[in-house]
Amino acid sequence: MAENLDRAREEFFSEAQEIIEGLGRDLLALDESQRSGRVDPDLINDIFRAVHTLKGVAGIFGANRMSALSHELENLLDNLRLGRAELSPSVLVVLFRSVELYGRILQVEKEGRDNPIPEFDDLLRQLAASTRGGPSPSSPGQYELDPSLLAVLTEYEEHRLRTNIAQGLTLYRLRVQFQLATIDNALDELKVTAKPYGEIITYLPTGAGADAESIELDILMASRSPIADLSSALSPSGVEIEEIPRRVAPETTPRPSTPPAPSPAEIHHAPPTTSASGGMSALASSPPQDPSPIKVEPPKAEIGTIKSVAQTVRVDIHKLDRLMNIVGELAIVCTSLGRIVEDLRATRADRELASNLHRLQRMFDRQLDSMQQGILEVRMVPLGQVFDRLARVVRQISREADKMVNLVITGSETEVDKLIVEELSDPLMHMMRNAIDHGIERREERQAVGKPAVGTIALNAYQKGNHVVIEIQDDGRGIATERLIEAAIRRGIVTADEARLVSKREILNFVFLPGVTTKAEVSSLSGRGVGMDVVKTNISKLGGVIDLQSESGIGTKVTITLPITLAIISALIVRIADRLFAIPLANVQEAIVLDEMTVRVIDGREVVTLRGSTLQLCYLARLFGLNPSMRMPNVSPSGGVSRALDAPNPRGGYGGPGGYNAPGGYGAGGGYGSSGGIGAMPQSPGRDMVRKEARTVFDSRRQNQSMRISLARQYIVVTAVGSQRLGLVVDTLIGEQDVVIKALGASLKDVRGFAGATELGDQRLALVLDTPALIEEMHAGADRARPAADPRGAHG
Amino acid sequence: MTRILVVEDSSAMRSYVRAVLEDSTDLADPIEVVDAASGFDAMRLLPRGAYDLVITDINMPDINGLELIKFVRGSEHHRDIAVLIISTQASERDRARGLALGADLFLAKPFTPEALLAAVAASLAARSGHTQHDSGGGGHERGAPNGEERR
Repeated sequence: MAENLDRAREEFFSEAQEIIEGLGRDLLALDESQRSGRVDPDLINDIFRAVHTLKGVAGIFGANRMSALSHELENLLDNLRLGRAELSPSVLVVLFRSVELYGRILQVEKEGRDNPIPEFDDLLRQLAASTRGGPSPSSPGQYELDPSLLAVLTEYEEHRLRTNIAQGLTLYRLRVQFQLATIDNALDELKVTAKPYGEIITYLPTGAGADAESIELDILMASRSPIADLSSALSPSGVEIEEIPRRVAPETTPRPSTPPAPSPAEIHHAPPTTSASGGMSALASSPPQDPSPIKVEPPKAEIGTIKSVAQTVRVDIHKLDRLMNIVGELAIVCTSLGRIVEDLRATRADRELASNLHRLQRMFDRQLDSMQQGILEVRMVPLGQVFDRLARVVRQISREADKMVNLVITGSETEVDKLIVEELSDPLMHMMRNAIDHGIERREERQAVGKPAVGTIALNAYQKGNHVVIEIQDDGRGIATERLIEAAIRRGIVTADEARLVSKREILNFVFLPGVTTKAEVSSLSGRGVGMDVVKTNISKLGGVIDLQSESGIGTKVTITLPITLAIISALIVRIADRLFAIPLANVQEAIVLDEMTVRVIDGREVVTLRGSTLQLCYLARLFGLNPSMRMPNVSPSGGVSRALDAPNPRGGYGGPGGYNAPGGYGAGGGYGSSGGIGAMPQSPGRDMVRKEARTVFDSRRQNQSMRISLARQYIVVTAVGSQRLGLVVDTLIGEQDVVIKALGASLKDVRGFAGATELGDQRLALVLDTPALIEEMHAGADRARPAADPRGAHG
Repeated sequence: MTRILVVEDSSAMRSYVRAVLEDSTDLADPIEVVDAASGFDAMRLLPRGAYDLVITDINMPDINGLELIKFVRGSEHHRDIAVLIISTQASERDRARGLALGADLFLAKPFTPEALLAAVAASLAARSGHTQHDSGGGGHERGAPNGEERR
């Protein structure tokens, strides 16, 4: 029982999430329509129904706050949809806030915490206050509606019926027959066709039908159009249209008893051509009692006719993680197989057998790649999911802050790993708040400097190689660098003297330090205790980079660069002493031979000059406390190195002095989705480049042999996160491999510098370096005093 | 074997009802639950199911629960199926209409597993009483026109 209920509970979370997201979109549409003065009653009803559903499920699953909020909201929405309350801007604000609150409540429920949510009670009071609606404007009794028709209308449908009648619309009955198998599409088409002509009140199955596969419906529709217009629009879809004459109760005549005709268009046409007239009663009461013989056929055997309605399934992301792990294990098997094939070919035992096996292994490898690719694609969701929420927040905040903001979203179809999208939501939200609260100026202020009164925030996303770039650009006042410097000095981050020397870029980066803000007072909007430092940390956790540009008076642009997926990464495998490490290729710019002669020490830091700029070095062996005497000979013909070197080198014209360039190489060449992308391990151009790189390095080694022979050569892997670079000194470059990162166990998860561990096959383990953390730490000057984690623990 | 059709547009609610019913050891008969996400879905499934009970929500898009109840009660094949409404307490009028249309019982959301099981048992009992009474009076027997439907 518990297991089934747990599943239902999971279902609850994902459904609630979906509903809340949908609510957000609907509210935006409602907001638009409220401004243009044309509110679609269907929209309010959809929102009501969503809240109604939430209330039901929240109650079942014990989400009491969600249930209480839904209850109040339901009352308010019920008044709105039944015309007892008016949709005012202040009501919209409450609705927007409610959706925000839903999001927060859901988060708390998911995490199983019972944290207080301060604004909860406040909003509930507001809702209760705005719920006191007046009585329904259309008091019942004015019209004599057939009771058997009323019997099947929900309260809302009845209200819509009355409202339409009161506004002088004519009622029509559309009789139509649908195939049950295709009814969803057919009905959607009909809705679209009918929409411009009026409002569909309800759908009534008549109970009749040609056979068990089809269904006959009476559709009750209110319209201003004459029957001829409706007929020409709907008849092609096989709809029979009949006008239902109005019957006004004789004593109350708020309208003329003849059909009202405020405009020529409403003049009623000739009475319905169909003979089956007889008013509403004909519509509502005839079918079930209809004695006309329905062909009774025993149902045929249940042959695959019960088709699933939806074409999509919802999948718990952890299931995909498990699949991905299995693919990872299989990849290891495949690699081992490959090795056996190699050995077999070397012994010249049975050439035919060997080459058959070789072919099979290649095929296995390719299929595995496609599978990996497939799973990755399933994990991808469009950024639009987050952007929708952001759009809502922007509206809400700009209302609260009384600033006019136009949000321009592009690239919301860009897809990113689901986990990344989830984690992005908070940081993006925070930056939006910042942009509105600190960036966009007040209207008067903007006009005074000749800017348009309405501020613009551009939210733009696009894919760039294996990365997704998200830009948030506002045309506000920009970041006040003087204030940042003051704050940084106050917090003791720099001295006043140092402050004079730092570049503008470095100053802007102060924003990402804890406790630094340009605002003297903490606003109720942005000042929720989360600073840009948290934003940066969150983005870094996703393997992403955040960059800031700002011009005083012109605006601020935040650029976030993220990997497309977290599940699998391409890594450069290196050896340090006798240990293997994986460096995420996303952070690798190039690899060069280390020439000890060129290393200089500046400010206690070891640096080299690379193409005119200074590169700080980090000797990983020293950092990790590894014994250099354990260093493997570089050119061992039996190691992984030689295999990497044996790889074919199909590309000539390899540029750069002993280095490859990541932007061209991994960006365009190894582009995700093209030519196999991430999944295509053996064919990946990126990998070839590393092989080539290794070859180039070794070539140059031979050339330089006369200079330094004795000591095994070392290499610098140039890594970069944003604009910051660091040269990691390693002993051997082994090659590129796509690796599935496994988190370190609970006891090791706080060890800084490692993103996890991975298995390379052959039972070899490698720790995956957390490059952003390393770079940050090295640049903070903690090079020498690092309490090094002992990576040896993870081996063996 | 008791066959139950659950008509509800919330998938979480469907899962919950299914979990409670399928895992229950309180009900005499083993239970088979079939889900329908909309009124149309229900109509698609009804002729193939030989159901003993329909559990339906009221507020659903397109065909609402009331219309479904009317359809069931008006149908020669399905009129003896027990009907249990699960909906929120809020709209008293919808509830009254549902019962007037021939639903056997109304259960207000949210409900506990115990309340659901009790309501299911009560709806089934009410219906079987009905049927016995009907057949005693020479009326329709459940599924009489096509007995093979109830396998």
